[in-house]
Amino acid sequence: MIAVRHLTKRYGTADGDVVALEDIELAVPEGAFVAIVGPSGCGKSTLLRILAGLMPATSGEAAVDGGRIDGPRRDVGVVFQTPVLFPWRTVLDNAMLPVDVQRLGRERMRAHAMDLLRMVGLEGFEGRLPRQLSGGMQQRVALVRALVHDPRVLLMDEPFGALDAMTREQMNLELQRIWLAEATGQRKTVVFVTHSVGEAVFLADRVVVMSPRPGRIVDVLEVDFPRPRPLSVMNTEAFGVHVARIRAALNAVGGLE
Amino acid sequence: MAAVNPALRLLLMAGLLAVWEALVRLLQVPGYLVPPPSAIGVALYRGISSGLYGENIWITMLETLLGFLFGGLAGFLLGTFVALSRRFEYFLYPIIVMFQAMPKVALAPLIIVWFGLDLTSKVINAGLVCFFPLMVNTIAGLRSADEDRVSLMRSLSATPAQIFWMLRLPGALPSIFAGLEIAMIFALIGAIVAEFVGAQAGLGVLIQSMNFSLDVAGQFSVLFILSLIGLALNSVVALVRRRVVYWDTPTRDAAAARPGGRN
Repeated sequence: MIAVRHLTKRYGTADGDVVALEDIELAVPEGAFVAIVGPSGCGKSTLLRILAGLMPATSGEAAVDGGRIDGPRRDVGVVFQTPVLFPWRTVLDNAMLPVDVQRLGRERMRAHAMDLLRMVGLEGFEGRLPRQLSGGMQQRVALVRALVHDPRVLLMDEPFGALDAMTREQMNLELQRIWLAEATGQRKTVVFVTHSVGEAVFLADRVVVMSPRPGRIVDVLEVDFPRPRPLSVMNTEAFGVHVARIRAALNAVGGLE
Repeated sequence: MAAVNPALRLLLMAGLLAVWEALVRLLQVPGYLVPPPSAIGVALYRGISSGLYGENIWITMLETLLGFLFGGLAGFLLGTFVALSRRFEYFLYPIIVMFQAMPKVALAPLIIVWFGLDLTSKVINAGLVCFFPLMVNTIAGLRSADEDRVSLMRSLSATPAQIFWMLRLPGALPSIFAGLEIAMIFALIGAIVAEFVGAQAGLGVLIQSMNFSLDVAGQFSVLFILSLIGLALNSVVALVRRRVVYWDTPTRDAAAARPGGRN
């Protein structure tokens, strides 16, 4: 599980300190899917970068399975806003990047990478270069790359924010399917940052709502729709109630104009 | 269209030569000012068949290629150090910038004094001239690594060495090859200039001796050969680039594989 305690992040700028995150308290149980939703500048991406070990906190601490995060960890997979593929690597080699970096054995992991590529519908594309793929396909490769070394924790920073609405819904379905493919108890712990309220409610077991500058947690709500959730769950009244509550929370802190 | 174009090009070139020939003959321009293409052709044939050109071509090519090799290697290594080490950059960069501002061919007389009339001085001059474009492009290329890609590598617990070999260096290759294309032509210039200043053989020497004897047609024929050499050397680098930096040239099926997707 992920535990964040009294976490604060300040940036020193020319105009003085900017408080990006203030006193964040967050507990993500093992195997849970948590979405963090908030407007631009609420520090949600900063929080994710701290969890990924890419950036230190100013005070307080974050821990995975009781171990304090003081740098990147091998059992964490990260998906960024953009696919961040290496243009000289084929689809398969991009997906195998963690295998190469962590020297997990290409021969052994190749079949696993191919399975994951098949799972996201990229079978037959493994020999292509990234520029030959659409934006949605590229982000699928990025998803496979984050999963290939079988991390315990998956950190996703607005992964589908750059995709068009229809591709995005499809990616949400696929992400849910991949996450559910593992048995209960084996599932990865996911922290999913988004600025889309609907996406957060659709995907997550728990939605954390953040306020802008300084970034604070203003609301947490549980979402208990049965899984797998079809896209039509978005049309239900219960879904609308959740969305309305999150919007109200965002509104109260000036997150929505 | 594709079949028509080369023929048109040749025709245009032949037309230009014909106009040149006609003008020189009609206006009775003296041959020691502007020779007619036919005289250049004759000079070219004589020079090649006597073996005179072949020998000098070989020498100039050797100077150019060795200079390119050493200058390029030094430019790449120094560029890499500067790009990777702040301290290295701090002490070295001012000196580098000063050298860069200076026209390197102006050093040729000194180089000849220091290293003599043989091959060595030509190689050094060629190397010196082609060193800078490669170094500058190496620095720019290595520095251009996308921040997100560096973050990704770091998030995977990559070592700095892994980040260099797996990300920065391949990412710098397009820029490095752009530098190599310039460096190749610069090396040829450096070799010729050094030959002008002092040498026993080479195409630069040939041009000078022809100049003294008012053999203008001969000079034109050597210039023609020089431009062919420049073209050939450049094409070789471009060919290698297309092989090595295979991802940088878009192919036709790129558009076909993106139905309705972004980008």
